[in-house]
Amino acid sequence: MVKSVCPYCAVGCGQNVFVKDERVVHIEGDPDSPVSRGRLCPKGSASLQLTTGETRRLEVLYRAPYASDWEVIDLDTAMDMVAERVLRTRREFWQWDVEGKRVRRTMGIASLGGATLDNEENYLMKKLYTALGAIQIENQARI
Amino acid sequence: MGTSFGRGGATSFQQDWQNSDCILIEGSNLAECHPVGFQWIMEAKARGATLIHVDPRYTRTSALADIHVPLRVGSDIAFLGGIINYVVEHEAYFEDYVRLFTNGPSLVSEDFKDTEDLGGIFSGLDEEQRSYDPLTWQYEGEEVGAASGQREQLYEERNEEEGGEKSSGHRPSVASSGRGESHGSGGAAAHPNAVRDETMQHPRCVFQIVKRHFARYTPEMVEQVCGVPRDLFVKVCQTLVDNSGRERTSAIAYAVGWTQHSVGVQYIRTAAILQLLLGNIGRPGGGIMAMRGHASIQGSTDIPTLYNLLPGYIPMPHAHQDDDLEAFLKGVSTDKGYWSDMKGYLVSLLKAWWGPAATEENDFCFDYLPKLTGSHSTYETVMAQLDGKCKGYFVVGENPAVGSANAKMQRLGMANLDWLVVRDFGLIESATWWKDGPEIESGELRTQDIATEVFFFPAAAHTEKNGSFTNTQRMLQWHHAAVEPAGDARSELWFYYHLGRVIREKLSGSTDEMDAPLLDLQWDYPTEGTVAEPSADAVLAEINGWDADGRPLASYEQLNADGSTVCGCWIYCGVFTDGTNQAARRKPAREQSSVAPEWGWAWPANRRIIYNRASADENGKPWSQRKAYVWWDEEQSKWVGHDVPDFDPSKSPWHRPPAGSRGAEALSGEDAFVMQADGKAWLYAPAGLTDGPLPTHYEPQDSPFENLLYDQQRNPVRQVFARRHNRYHPNPGTRGSEAFPYPITTYRLTEHHTAGGMSRWQPYLSELQPEMFCEVSPELAEERELVHRGWATIITARGVIEARVMVTERMAPLLVQGRLVHQIGLPYHWGTNGYSKGDSANELTAISLDPNSHIQEVKALSGDIRPGRRPRGSAANDLVEDYIRRAGITSDTGMEVRGDH
Ligand code: SF4
Repeated sequence: MVKSVCPYCAVGCGQNVFVKDERVVHIEGDPDSPVSRGRLCPKGSASLQLTTGETRRLEVLYRAPYASDWEVIDLDTAMDMVAERVLRTRREFWQWDVEGKRVRRTMGIASLGGATLDNEENYLMKKLYTALGAIQIENQARI
Repeated sequence: MGTSFGRGGATSFQQDWQNSDCILIEGSNLAECHPVGFQWIMEAKARGATLIHVDPRYTRTSALADIHVPLRVGSDIAFLGGIINYVVEHEAYFEDYVRLFTNGPSLVSEDFKDTEDLGGIFSGLDEEQRSYDPLTWQYEGEEVGAASGQREQLYEERNEEEGGEKSSGHRPSVASSGRGESHGSGGAAAHPNAVRDETMQHPRCVFQIVKRHFARYTPEMVEQVCGVPRDLFVKVCQTLVDNSGRERTSAIAYAVGWTQHSVGVQYIRTAAILQLLLGNIGRPGGGIMAMRGHASIQGSTDIPTLYNLLPGYIPMPHAHQDDDLEAFLKGVSTDKGYWSDMKGYLVSLLKAWWGPAATEENDFCFDYLPKLTGSHSTYETVMAQLDGKCKGYFVVGENPAVGSANAKMQRLGMANLDWLVVRDFGLIESATWWKDGPEIESGELRTQDIATEVFFFPAAAHTEKNGSFTNTQRMLQWHHAAVEPAGDARSELWFYYHLGRVIREKLSGSTDEMDAPLLDLQWDYPTEGTVAEPSADAVLAEINGWDADGRPLASYEQLNADGSTVCGCWIYCGVFTDGTNQAARRKPAREQSSVAPEWGWAWPANRRIIYNRASADENGKPWSQRKAYVWWDEEQSKWVGHDVPDFDPSKSPWHRPPAGSRGAEALSGEDAFVMQADGKAWLYAPAGLTDGPLPTHYEPQDSPFENLLYDQQRNPVRQVFARRHNRYHPNPGTRGSEAFPYPITTYRLTEHHTAGGMSRWQPYLSELQPEMFCEVSPELAEERELVHRGWATIITARGVIEARVMVTERMAPLLVQGRLVHQIGLPYHWGTNGYSKGDSANELTAISLDPNSHIQEVKALSGDIRPGRRPRGSAANDLVEDYIRRAGITSDTGMEVRGDH
């Protein structure tokens, strides 16, 4: 059993995640939590379906320009393709100055999302994007 | 809240609701959206507290409330302003608290003109720029920097004072910056001592200005504007008054029902003013709780994936001529309070990012930070995509094709990209719009014409990765990986770490100055397991920071400005004290006090109620034994109590700083709001906001009603976009306005999560709430021949949707301005994919934004409703076009700055 936190809303209910044969088999409320005292709402209670349900996709998909459907591609290939595109677009839309003022940035790349992610993930995102010079980084705090 | 109190987080914690004597929930359906947190409100009720729910709809929260007050959507400032007026008129405010802890006694500049003087606007409006120059809003004789919000407002003035050349024409346009005011953590620049009149009688003192400003918000006016009967309104006022003061405290809870308006930040400001007048901040059972909808939305603001902030609410720099670190700090930090140490926070961050490359000589790589030139929020980004200026897009655990305002523009923006990366659990609408989106159905787009390359990467679940979420009460809680992710599913930690690694490998050896920030980046994280997952612990350790000897820091007070300390997010400094992950602490609740300080870790410094110095009086004694929380212990000469004092523990209540002190030293023993420029909570905001120092009722962008309070219909500096697919509705009373007669509001359900990516693919949840519906009153059903469980079509100038009809008395018609008004309720979770499908409410919404937070107004709009299903194919767009024509809508409609038309 490992200690966890409900991934849905910001109440932050405690979860106990039960593992058997390296698979998650059950998720329930953590009675130790001072916030939730063992309770979970319907969403929190559906966490097992969220994490182990069959609607989860486990392959990387790629849709080529003008294509009518997806194709499955290899993860490493996909990572390399994305890195290539980031560098290309970054350069294409690079700005050193705007109206005579130094900006050192690219306006070609944007990102949306973060509120469902971990703090550590948001941290790496902001760090990498800033080093890339990308500023249009946003999340659900705007919605 | 950042502007009012100094930090943008909820002021309290959910369990503390049990100590409240009265709880006002407004702009939130807490029982539905935060059900497990709601148990603490029920605890309070069981102990005799009164629960008030103010909401257009009668909801699960109303059902458990003692008093339910239905009001017209978009009229909350009028309602809360009415309560403020009541409290002031009846002299029911907590005078000692107000005098001690707020800026009520502070004098405001003679140049300031209120909405009372100028017919609904404040002094400083620049109509052409659609923005305010806030200079006249300052205190008399001095300039105060804001703790959060628009902190660069004074950049030019400050850097000019020193005799430097004025670099450019005027301040960065207020409308164009945006400082995440709704979540900031602050502390700002100011002279320690504002001119004050402790009697609060001076006509230009804040208290008197507030009094005059709200004088017109009478019970009669509230009745007319909000549709709330006088008696009911007065009952709410008196209940709050009776449950506030020395012996009693009241709490307020809100959610996006307040933020999602073109004056959203001012909604929260109104609540802040009210809670300060009643003396309810920093005390047990008091406070303002912002109820957030995503597991770590607070965390993603603290460590921001937001354009305008760096970690810990340090503003992202704007472009200025000859900008350097010193000029930046001078423009944005403060003389008094903890923001005066901003240099230490920023330099430690730059060291965390660029390590040895960041030196004193090169300004610690300050130049590596990209600079802003205006607002670059997600909505401006959509415009840039439509204009072909932004061609690559990462969408990570968010579903803008359903969840963002004007869903059509979101999709059309994506259709104009070179490449799109979507990371999620399954094929959400934002990943598949190019093959099955509404524009494909209508024929506006053809798949074979869309050039966008789309990548879908499967995401890891919370059970498959280590990491921390920051919940709605600023508390970090660690979740442990139970298993490794299957297939190609990976965490975002993995994705961004390896993406950065590959990018850096590709660039290695580059001597291009453009690539230096990437090549100098500190990017060596240990990896573990079969998928080479980066260590989340190592990332948290960097966020916490270490000293010159590599020892983990325990507090942000240890941060230095000379480059000897490293810290990725100063407000999280202490979460890795002694090298132990404090966020993973799980001492069972029953083994500790009700504050539970050893469960997880809360910023700042593990304090659970912030500003808690205000729980004691001028002599450091609790205002009452019943509400004791922290107090000054004479014998030990320190602050003690049930929580970590949010104050220098050894600073006596009688301490007065010597002349000329700076930073935290300049705070007196009474300055409970330690992040604020003057140590006081702000009833009136002399800086930091783009749309005025005081909240003012303006009608929503699309409203069927005229503004009864002023000749000014709408927030003059709201952000509006005249775009083909983003047309606004005509002003009430003008030709064509009758085409959209009904106020509409949007909301969430327990069984679904935001835009549905984590719920519409789950069989249980889909079964519980299987399809899109609208809620209407029996009267409206009769008026428009809508049949319960049948279909309805809802139309605005942006789009048309269909929904199942739910006829319910919960949507009570209101009498507003002598007219019976029927409101329509729409949940917004649905889209075309998943088990549970339906049209998206965001097909109807417009992009019109709060000028401070850039949050869209989707809680109050207007529209039409008719029976039956919507037209299919291109006929759907024809129907919308027909409405636009009939209403006489053009690109000018609803775009005005001044006036009522
Ligand atoms: S169980 Fe429900 S209330 Fe608790 S965090 Fe999850 S979604 Fe929120």
